[in-house]
Amino acid sequence: MSSLPHLARDLSAIVGDRHVRAARAERLTYSMDGLPTHRRVPDLVVLPGSREELIAVVRLLAALDVPFVPRGAGTGLSGGALADVGSVLLVLTRLNRILRIDRDNGLAVVEPGVVNAKLGAAAKPHGLQYAPDPSSQSACTIGGNVAENAGGPHCLKYGVTANHILALEVLLADGSLVEIGSPAGESWGPDLVGVFVGSEGNFGIATRITVRLTPIPRAVRTLLADFSALRTAGEAVSAIIAAGIVPAALEMMDQSCIRAVEDSVYAAGYPRDAAAVLLVEIDGRNADAVLAETDLVTELLRKSGARSVRSAASEAERERLWQGRKKAFGAMGRLSRDLVVQDAVVPRSAIPQVLETIATIAQRYGLVVSNVFHAGDGNLHPNISFDATDPALKQRVEAASAEIMETCIAAGGTITGEHGVGIDKLRYMPLIFDAESLGAMHAVRKVFDPEERVNPGKVVPVHACREWASRAVA
Amino acid sequence: MTILEKVTALLGEGAVLEAGTDRVPRIAPGSPDAIALLLGTAHQEGWRVRIEGAGTWLQSDAPADLALTTRRLDRIPAIEPSDLTATAEAGIGLDQLRQQLADRGAWLAIDPPGLAGRTLGSVVSTATAGPLRHGFGPIKDHLLGVTFVTGDGRMVQSGGRVMKNVAGYDLTRLQAGGFGAFGVIVLVHLRLRTLPRADVTYVLEGAREDLTQVGEDIAAAGLTPAALELVSPALARRERWVLAVRLAGSPALVAADEAGLGAASGGGRFAPLRAEEAHAFWMRLAEGFAVRPVTFRIGGVPTASDELLDLLQHQLGDEWISASPAAGAIRWTGDASVDRLQRLRRTLAGLEVPLTLERAPWALRGAVGHFGAYREGVGPLVAGLRRTFDPGGALVVATEGT
Ligand SMILES: Cc1cc2nc3c(=O)[nH]c(=O)nc-3n(C[C@H](O)[C@H](O)[C@H](O)COP(=O)(O)OP(=O)(O)OC[C@H]3O[C@@H](n4cnc5c(N)ncnc54)[C@H](O)[C@@H]3O)c2cc1C
Ligand SMILES: Cc1cc2nc3c(=O)[nH]c(=O)nc-3n(C[C@H](O)[C@H](O)[C@H](O)COP(=O)(O)OP(=O)(O)OC[C@H]3O[C@@H](n4cnc5c(N)ncnc54)[C@H](O)[C@@H]3O)c2cc1C
Repeated sequence: MSSLPHLARDLSAIVGDRHVRAARAERLTYSMDGLPTHRRVPDLVVLPGSREELIAVVRLLAALDVPFVPRGAGTGLSGGALADVGSVLLVLTRLNRILRIDRDNGLAVVEPGVVNAKLGAAAKPHGLQYAPDPSSQSACTIGGNVAENAGGPHCLKYGVTANHILALEVLLADGSLVEIGSPAGESWGPDLVGVFVGSEGNFGIATRITVRLTPIPRAVRTLLADFSALRTAGEAVSAIIAAGIVPAALEMMDQSCIRAVEDSVYAAGYPRDAAAVLLVEIDGRNADAVLAETDLVTELLRKSGARSVRSAASEAERERLWQGRKKAFGAMGRLSRDLVVQDAVVPRSAIPQVLETIATIAQRYGLVVSNVFHAGDGNLHPNISFDATDPALKQRVEAASAEIMETCIAAGGTITGEHGVGIDKLRYMPLIFDAESLGAMHAVRKVFDPEERVNPGKVVPVHACREWASRAVA
Repeated sequence: MTILEKVTALLGEGAVLEAGTDRVPRIAPGSPDAIALLLGTAHQEGWRVRIEGAGTWLQSDAPADLALTTRRLDRIPAIEPSDLTATAEAGIGLDQLRQQLADRGAWLAIDPPGLAGRTLGSVVSTATAGPLRHGFGPIKDHLLGVTFVTGDGRMVQSGGRVMKNVAGYDLTRLQAGGFGAFGVIVLVHLRLRTLPRADVTYVLEGAREDLTQVGEDIAAAGLTPAALELVSPALARRERWVLAVRLAGSPALVAADEAGLGAASGGGRFAPLRAEEAHAFWMRLAEGFAVRPVTFRIGGVPTASDELLDLLQHQLGDEWISASPAAGAIRWTGDASVDRLQRLRRTLAGLEVPLTLERAPWALRGAVGHFGAYREGVGPLVAGLRRTFDPGGALVVATEGT
């Protein structure tokens, strides 16, 4: 960008002076997301206040051939919302209107900057919920959720973001708009909604999002089971799944995580001496059926070696149990200056073995690794506490992270279940996809964004791709 | 050398099957690599290839130089009952897959229209979900990943074998419902459930409007059926419309829903079907959609379903219809002309309702396309994806039409 001041002036003409941030101190605010290991300072930050302003901004950037990066709340955990020098950061948090809630058809239409929990709160009076509930839900946006295909504890039963997006209006990099999907979820042609969800801002900006809302379950039971060994807790997960029960949520926390939570203001009454706890929620519309399934799960937990199984006796107790889980990352943040929240998936039956391997890796590198994760899906979050100002330590964290990823891949798993690739996991992509498959992804990206101007440099490590474009033209 | 001679030299005589009535050579490669080899050659030679599975759903009648059938890709490399996942090749018949899963206590919760031996690849590529979509979602929700071969013979993997996966773009969903336009699916990773320990079906006959109301009451009462299907008299072979409710899951859940069903039946009385009757009922429903010349699906929001059923009745006649109103899906089968289909599609487009042509003779699907004209801005994207995955246009697929 040769003429930044010019660009800033033109952008101000669209969104107003207050909503263009050019000063370095202001731009620094946006140099990271939820992951402390990456840092990029954008050249300019723009906060459009309406869909029309956003369109005008993107068209201006298209005309000037300037790359840009969409950003929601910046809670991402793969460095996806960071903009390099030469790129403009488009912050979408002011596009925060819920445009419509259609109770009879169980859907809502929202702008991308709507905060996940706000949508939930708005749906509640209608007896409905927006099921995907990332632990960051009080801050993260639906646009960010769509881009990352975000999950959450209750996605075990209800499905992830991809299962809840019916239609989208997308603003492509060239400034044109396309509508994909339909309110009933059937697509007009190939399933472009399915392709867009999880594209990490590489296919354009979601400007309007039609989501599915589902009835709030009438009956809920929440259980806390504690175990004296990680292995038996992992085996209990398999036992529940194999019994054909789909709990609403099935979450695991290890001892390090339990202690961090219990030492924080979010103390939930988890037993501090437990090697692991499982938080299991059974829900449904019928109280008797829920009770019967809860009894079955309780029995399975006991048989699998739970020391105790406690059932939340009141809504307040349930909330407290959940608060500990949802704020676990925050609590672990107190263990050290920085925290890397890792994300990987393994087959559910491999959980016990993989957790043991992760523990040995942590030991070998002399690191504190705490686990809090979506056990029912096999979606691990090994979290590493460290101090990012110590370069040697940071290097050890990176090396340990890589070994953890390799362990999960070797177990038949994958490098990310919900946090995305962003820039952080680019280096692992060739471990799970061959050059041809990476090339295919790159080629699809170029269909949506031929100049690769939206969120450049993310998701697909281009150097590792076998090139497709030349043959596609032939 | 003729095409057939070249292919025989490439893949061996075992890969050549007897041609159909239109004499187009029919090739059955025995492995994903053989498919890649064949399509790579087709791309270089400029052959046009039509894809077929088992020969039961879409007529293999597109103008082509050769027909590629996946029927020899019928292995099931992995079933993992403890993880509730499986990996199967695309040419496996659904009936065989189902049987092998059941032997291990596992269940693929889809019941697509068509004959029992329909291939998995065909179900995925046409994204044809059946009544179970009410409780378990569309076909794409059952997929963890796929491997496919592009029109120029490249092998691409997407997704994986685990429950959640956001590594890379989701090309699996592009293949689900792509009608083979973006390549030949060779391998599918599936999400399974445990075989339901209780599985019962109830039916209620009545006037369509009354049954629609009962369906709404069932939802409002908080029941969670696996299927809640409204079936036209001709398709159900009954006097009147039928509301069929399938309850599947743990005995406790099913018992609770059975108790709730009586209260929600609006004065009518749901009749339970014996296990064999239930099996026959759902099978007849599925097969009904594979016998008449044209089958399509439309997707409209639940509150529009009455109006949409009226519209179908008015424009095409209502003999063979099945609908999951709450899931927003209606399927129709019968005989229809190009004109009528195009007119219906236009009317529906005005109501924000897409019509996807699932089955029809080439003369018809070539003219109206599986998808019809795209909405503004979508055409160039689909064309770009087609060019990406089939640069030479080797795969014969009727996607667009008008
Ligand atoms: C404490 C904590 C807990 C978390 N728990 C979970 C969890 O349980 N499950 C989970 O899945 N994630 C979790 N996350 C990660 C994160 O919250 C999610 O990835 C979330 O979806 C990001 O939303 P955001 O609005 O913050 O997006 P950002 O971080 O701002 O952006 C993320 C990506 O989305 C793109 N993007 C943003 N808006 C749009 C748009 N409108 N159109 C196109 N692209 C767009 C950006 O370019 C970027 O690539 C957690 C994070 C934290 C900090
Ligand atoms: C009445 C009748 C007449 C027939 N006449 C002829 C004839 O004249 N000549 C002839 O050669 N055959 C003929 N056949 C054979 C038969 O039509 C094909 O074999 C049939 O297309 C295979 O059906 P299927 O059930 O497996 O699904 P298909 O109908 O094969 O598949 C449905 C759709 O899915 C696509 N598809 C299937 N598998 C894949 C995959 N793995 N990846 C990507 N896309 C896929 C197909 O391209 C098609 O669009 C006839 C069949 C019938 C019933």
